[in-house]
Amino acid sequence: MIWESWQAFWAMGGYGLYVWGSFGMTLLCVVAEVGLLRRHRLQVWRRLKRMKSWDSQ
Amino acid sequence: MLKFLFTVIRRDVLLAARRRGDWLTAQFFFVMVVSMFPLGIGPEPGMLRTIGPGVVWVAALLASLLSLDRLFADDYRDGTLEQMLLSPSPIALLTLGKAIAHWIINGIPLLIIAPLLGIQFNLPAGALWMLVLSLAIGTPILSLLGSIGAALTLGLRGGGALVTLLIMPLYVPALIFGAGAVEGVLSGTGSEAHLSLLGAFLMMSLLLAPWVSAMALKVSVE
Amino acid sequence: MNLYHYASPSTFYPLAGKLIPWFAALAFILAIAGLYISFFVAPTDFQQGEGYRIIFIHVPTAWMSMFIYVVMAFWSAIGLAWNTRLSFVMARALAPTGAMFTFVALWTGAFWGKPMWGAWWVWDARLTSELILLFLYVGVMALQAAIDDPRRADRAGALLNLVGVINVPIIYFSVKWWNTLHQGSSVSLTRAPSMAQTMLWGMLIMALAAWMYTIAVSLVRARTLVLERERQTEWVRAQLEGQP
Repeated sequence: MIWESWQAFWAMGGYGLYVWGSFGMTLLCVVAEVGLLRRHRLQVWRRLKRMKSWDSQ
Repeated sequence: MLKFLFTVIRRDVLLAARRRGDWLTAQFFFVMVVSMFPLGIGPEPGMLRTIGPGVVWVAALLASLLSLDRLFADDYRDGTLEQMLLSPSPIALLTLGKAIAHWIINGIPLLIIAPLLGIQFNLPAGALWMLVLSLAIGTPILSLLGSIGAALTLGLRGGGALVTLLIMPLYVPALIFGAGAVEGVLSGTGSEAHLSLLGAFLMMSLLLAPWVSAMALKVSVE
Repeated sequence: MNLYHYASPSTFYPLAGKLIPWFAALAFILAIAGLYISFFVAPTDFQQGEGYRIIFIHVPTAWMSMFIYVVMAFWSAIGLAWNTRLSFVMARALAPTGAMFTFVALWTGAFWGKPMWGAWWVWDARLTSELILLFLYVGVMALQAAIDDPRRADRAGALLNLVGVINVPIIYFSVKWWNTLHQGSSVSLTRAPSMAQTMLWGMLIMALAAWMYTIAVSLVRARTLVLERERQTEWVRAQLEGQP
């Protein structure tokens, strides 16, 4: 371990804003991409299922 | 084959000559865009001289893009394009001819107007001359690359904005070398390298763009 | 092994479905390992203090943004040459992730530039080229979104992608040229701190994590695209009976 305390970890030697701003945005993008992808897949699935049920009517 | 090429060029130039309104609009667009910059930034002569080459070049890019929309669209809409695609001549000749015609109609006027605009930006005579020379080599590149964008976006809703979005990144080398050539004169560092690279880019576009544009036409019209 | 077998959407779909959890797990494990190295193993830099740790995101995402564009071009070329539908699907599936990495590379570049060089944006040759790469990604996605006919959209996007990939070296060269000519301050984000072994390992592991992530996400996207396009077939209709 390099960090003396949690305080020091979050502060990142004064660069906290920049380091966490970077890692944070990356995490945000990954979460957003995965979330949007799941939502899109579900939407498509439901739509195709609906269209299929029309066909059999 | 050459006969086909000249026919295509002649036809497009004739059609544009009959529709002078559209053509004039594009030229005034060029002039107005350039005039906006001092109004937005301030008229200090030294600064204008610094930004002048870049501003004129960017405006030339935009004016070129503005008129690309109609490169194939008019012929597409009345079915002429499909007929032309059925001809035994290689389609790359068609796209090359249209690009050349586009340059004659839109590029050459830019070359005539650009020095006048350069004077507005306090460019000295040597820089003015280089501005015209760099645009003379650069505007055909714009027409050639632009024909690819026009072919890809044929008949689409996005229209002019979409072509701009697609083609702008590809124009970057031309912009850098073209405006850079003029700056080379202004700063005394010379423009040979810029012009050579610009020329090389033109050669490459001349060889590849008509062929790629033809492929794009086939994709869009099928 | 008959490769054309896997070029069939109906074979691809279940195979991809089985592979996705593995790639996702790999991505997760590698990311944890990479992050551990980034924060707890890599030492403090002499010149840049703790701020340099951003390279563990910036460099891998920049690598991936370029790598993905090239892979997309590979699939575009295959699709145009052999007319295989699945190749176009793969190219389309990769684009959003590539664009995302490009954006992150730009963002982290800015967040690294601000404390190091005092400005949020520097017209560094690599950052500027990265910005243009973002425009290229957006262009392909915008073109495909604007075309209704899937076949035309596939082929137009593929063509644009290939034109872009040929131009990327030229654009990079011209931007580098432009940058050296206009070198006001000697600002260069390419001057990373002298590479300790741990730093290199950290970046490589993060890059691998990003790669596994990309494969997982692209396969999911590809599967959804395949479902939509093959919706009239028997096997899709059978799939719809089950769970998403």
